[in-house]
Amino acid sequence: MEMTNNQFFLTSVEKFVRWAQKSSIWPLTFGLACCAIEMMNLVSPRYDMAQFGAEVFRSTPRQADLMIVSGRLSNKMVPVIEQVYRQMPEPKWVIAMGACASSGGIFDNYAIVQGVDEVLPVDIYVPGCPPSPDAVLYAVLKLREAIASGQAHGGVMRA
Amino acid sequence: MSGVRRQREPYTGGAEAMAYVRDEIVPALVAAFGDGVVPLETPFEMPQVQVAPGQLAAVARWLKDRGFNMLVDVGGVDYLPRKPRFEVVYHLLALPQLWRLRLRVPVEEDEAEVPTVSDVWPSAAAAEREVWDLFGIRFAGHPNLTRILMPDDWVGHPLRKDYPLQGPRAQLPAHAAERNRYHAPKLPGDPPGTAGLPGGAKGGK
Amino acid sequence: MRQVVRSGDYDLDLEELVIEGEGDRMTLSVGPHHPSTHGVLRMVLEIEGERIVKATPEVGFLHTGIEKTAENLTWQQAITVIDRMDYLAPLSNNLGYVLAVEKLLGLEVPPRARILRLLFTELQRMASHLLWLGTTALDIGSQSVLMYAFDLREGILDLFEEASGARMNPSYFRVGGIAQDIPEGFEDMCRRFLDRVPERIREIRNILDENPIWLDRLKGVGVISAEDAIAWGVTGPNLRACGVPYDVRKAFPYAGYDEFEFDVPVGENGDCYDRYVVRMEEIMESYRLCRQALARLPRGPVMVNDRKIALPPKHEVRQSMEALIHHFKLVSYGFDVPAGEVYQALESPRGEIGFYVVSNGKNKPWRVRVRGPAFYNVFAMPVMMQGALLADMVAIIATVDPVFGEVDR
Repeated sequence: MEMTNNQFFLTSVEKFVRWAQKSSIWPLTFGLACCAIEMMNLVSPRYDMAQFGAEVFRSTPRQADLMIVSGRLSNKMVPVIEQVYRQMPEPKWVIAMGACASSGGIFDNYAIVQGVDEVLPVDIYVPGCPPSPDAVLYAVLKLREAIASGQAHGGVMRA
Repeated sequence: MSGVRRQREPYTGGAEAMAYVRDEIVPALVAAFGDGVVPLETPFEMPQVQVAPGQLAAVARWLKDRGFNMLVDVGGVDYLPRKPRFEVVYHLLALPQLWRLRLRVPVEEDEAEVPTVSDVWPSAAAAEREVWDLFGIRFAGHPNLTRILMPDDWVGHPLRKDYPLQGPRAQLPAHAAERNRYHAPKLPGDPPGTAGLPGGAKGGK
Repeated sequence: MRQVVRSGDYDLDLEELVIEGEGDRMTLSVGPHHPSTHGVLRMVLEIEGERIVKATPEVGFLHTGIEKTAENLTWQQAITVIDRMDYLAPLSNNLGYVLAVEKLLGLEVPPRARILRLLFTELQRMASHLLWLGTTALDIGSQSVLMYAFDLREGILDLFEEASGARMNPSYFRVGGIAQDIPEGFEDMCRRFLDRVPERIREIRNILDENPIWLDRLKGVGVISAEDAIAWGVTGPNLRACGVPYDVRKAFPYAGYDEFEFDVPVGENGDCYDRYVVRMEEIMESYRLCRQALARLPRGPVMVNDRKIALPPKHEVRQSMEALIHHFKLVSYGFDVPAGEVYQALESPRGEIGFYVVSNGKNKPWRVRVRGPAFYNVFAMPVMMQGALLADMVAIIATVDPVFGEVDR
């Protein structure tokens, strides 16, 4: 966006849309395991995700545009997470929070999917077991940057 | 302030209670059931007995009538090369007497079946489903013996010792596992160099 | 009536999941992704109007194979995966497992380690109950309590981070003692935190105890009788809310609880409100225990002086060949544990957590069977929901306090 004088802005529609998208990311209330507890901490007084306009955790996927996969994904959960992801309107982004969601973590066994990127397109990976809320805040900031610069496609189907 | 509660005396004295079980109840149990019940030595405080699968239902009723009102846990153990291969382990507790008793039921691999005790203690119903799910031991007379932790269409019983830790993935060669990973296809309109990256345009899955 | 909702039928659209049966009766599937299920529980409800006729919990969506993974790790390594079962109280899991292994080994830990373990487990109980309080209040509709509770809980997480380096899942207790001694200044930090507790708990209780909405939503809701609770294997605060004063810390003392003074809060009616009061009182009992533990914390080592179990100090490894060999052996192979089987019960924030550990004399556990209290509590929920209103389901699930890492393991 460029400011020409005090009266009006000049910008492209695409940039404006991206600015709107990145400024009000609404995450989905989707807790799986340990990381979900740290994800809940994001709205607590100390971390306060509201300062980045991303504190509105929606309970229904129809109103959310960020899925924070917080925890290990079991084989039994795969159809569920796929359906929930399909129900989210586009554009939508995915953050794989923690070692289990990123790569299976310490659970290299029969029950756990080795990284949520086997079933969903992931934008940002957050290491840690569980990552501290600061790390997730950083991931959200990174996602904002990616949205602003157009690198995050967010599952948009293009013609 | 509302919500002030009576402070009842908590139950205490678990160690003496277990000594009582070892000295009084286990001999009575053995006297009542003869060969079906064998007391097992243990260096730790909880008394344990081995129960023949055929006698389990009767033993459970007998113990319930004498005060063991809580079935704390039902679990399976796979002692692979050994015969009989499996063991189903029941932990019992009596409140308020604080008696504890462990029943160990050996199960052969071929006829992996023991009678259910869910009609004696309702808490057994879910725990027995778990033993069936993870070990493949059947519980005769169980009202709803279905998988509980694994998906319904899962093949195999994961906690058996001959089941590989990584399950179905263990047989997959490395390149197949790589092929099964999600790769976003390149779609028209993608900026160059972004296809296939995570976060790329959504594939037509 | 026709049972339409089958396990595994996730391709159905959400709209199709609500299907009318005969007359007024219909089947409603709640979860596994639902904000009020506290994790990944699926409840299949048969309802007539607003009344729940039958509730069937379905679990397993977080099955992690922890028991199987533990069989493939050495005794000391298995602590890491066992931490991640009950992720609201990882230190209670830790303690149960290491006590079981120590029983097999015949180990006695140094007094400082024992009291530190007690201190940390009680802090953990407070943290767990605070989180329970926050999420339950949120479910009932009070968001400010969540902020108060989380703020206080942060103080406990800070303490964990200071001592072990991790906010959650600290893996702080090891077989033979604890991983490392508490840092300098920790005791003062802990006292400063404890000073905040009574005032803050009083504040929260002032908000909730007489709040008409809170009372309406919880009083007389989700009642379970003491007989039913015992028959269904319910333990912990949920059992004590029914008036049964069973607490493993008193009944089968472990980790030196018999040397400390504390009461066991007991309810009367077995409803949601009593479960709330019991947990709030338990926070204050844990507070008392923490104070006592800090007051009588002795000096001394925090690990047994047995080089077959405990890692040698780093400065020794650099100088002594023998210490280096011990270090190498412990890190690569671990240690053997005598064959046998042992059941160790302890009072986790959710109830009696039991570790049935079988050893075949080698360096890895043959079987670690975990009796998760939440598993049995979840399957007692249908009894509490019988005849309840649909909206009460939220209060019942919340006050039972299930943790699905532990239910599904």
